[in-house]
Amino acid sequence: MSTEQDSAGMSRRQLIRHGAWFGAAVVLTVAGGEVISHVAGSSGAAQPARPALRFAQISDSHIGFKGPANTNVADTFTHAIGQVNSLGYTPDFVIHTGDLTHLATPDQFDQVKQMLTGLNTPHVFTVPGEHDSTDDAGQKYRQAFGAGTQGDGWYSFDVGGVHLIGLVNTLSFSTAGGGHLGNDQLDFVQKDVAGLSSDTPIIVFSHIPLFAMYPAWGWGTDDAAQALSYLKRFSSVTCLNGHVHQLFTKTEGNVTFYSATTTAYPLPAPGQGPAPKPVTLPAGKLHDALGIREVSYIKGQQALALKDQKLT
Amino acid sequence: MPAMSGMASPPASASATPADSPAPQGGTAVSISNFKFNPATLTVPVGTTVTWTNKDEEPHTIAAKDGSFHSPGIDTNGTYSFTFATPGSYDYICSIHPFMNGTVVVTK
Repeated sequence: MSTEQDSAGMSRRQLIRHGAWFGAAVVLTVAGGEVISHVAGSSGAAQPARPALRFAQISDSHIGFKGPANTNVADTFTHAIGQVNSLGYTPDFVIHTGDLTHLATPDQFDQVKQMLTGLNTPHVFTVPGEHDSTDDAGQKYRQAFGAGTQGDGWYSFDVGGVHLIGLVNTLSFSTAGGGHLGNDQLDFVQKDVAGLSSDTPIIVFSHIPLFAMYPAWGWGTDDAAQALSYLKRFSSVTCLNGHVHQLFTKTEGNVTFYSATTTAYPLPAPGQGPAPKPVTLPAGKLHDALGIREVSYIKGQQALALKDQKLT
Repeated sequence: MPAMSGMASPPASASATPADSPAPQGGTAVSISNFKFNPATLTVPVGTTVTWTNKDEEPHTIAAKDGSFHSPGIDTNGTYSFTFATPGSYDYICSIHPFMNGTVVVTK
């Protein structure tokens, strides 16, 4: 097979050299000059052991929420975006793990989509939260964010030798009231990883936790065990979720779960109080409960490095 | 600061029980607070319009398990009304917080 040597190929090659990786450089060429120059500028200093992958996670922006727990969720989300843009490098991508909107209205989808364009990153990935799919099984969500996805909005992609899977567990619910993946999506996961070698690091995104964090409040996914059974042979599996508005981590076998905090308002710790109601903190304390997350992977290491930052 | 008496008025656009059909004893209203439907089981005669009012800071929905009715997200102090034209027992949940359960029993 001969290699294409046209001008597009050249610019792609150049991008790969600057960005030091993979295929999403193609996305960069689509994204236009601003992103390209940012990538080139940030690669000036020598960076030994540049991670094969580094990205940011934000979650639960709840655009449209108006309550005493956070009287300006657009402002805190803007802060979070600015904080991601100030990491000192361009994240390979940013994942928003759901509840982009509070009430899934067209205006709220428009607003959050517009706000996400402020992120300095070649690509933004999302999964829906139950607030994004309140009354239409996710149709408005997919209109806004579903391009390039399969089924009801799930997808997978590869970056820097890592395989990443975005799952949708907010469209139908288990009888216990938690998240649910459904057979179509379980089939997708099984086929999606079938051809991968077992030393491929796997990262799974979902809104609702894929572990039983607190089922009485719906903080779990009833058929997650089935999905995770397809990932048993992999040496490194990391699941990142939102929904619970607080940091939490847990390891079960080969899988490590990390719940992210929110950019909007805190929720109680599991079982603290009658319901997962927004918590109104004393004045000046809100930002301490909100934040962003950095995730990086260095080739040859089994575990990913996570760093959670409070909102500044 | 004046004491809050009663609930805040819902927006004019929200549907409400018509004034010309006085609520029968037992009521046609379901209040949502602390992620619970109150009353959890409401019994009404056929043809009744039931109105749910969300008193939580979180939004809720009213979604029939049999799919016969499904509200949009009801924000704080918002309401949703549905008229029951057929007798039967209607189990519903909040589709945002599906561990919330309620029932409307519609009698002939």
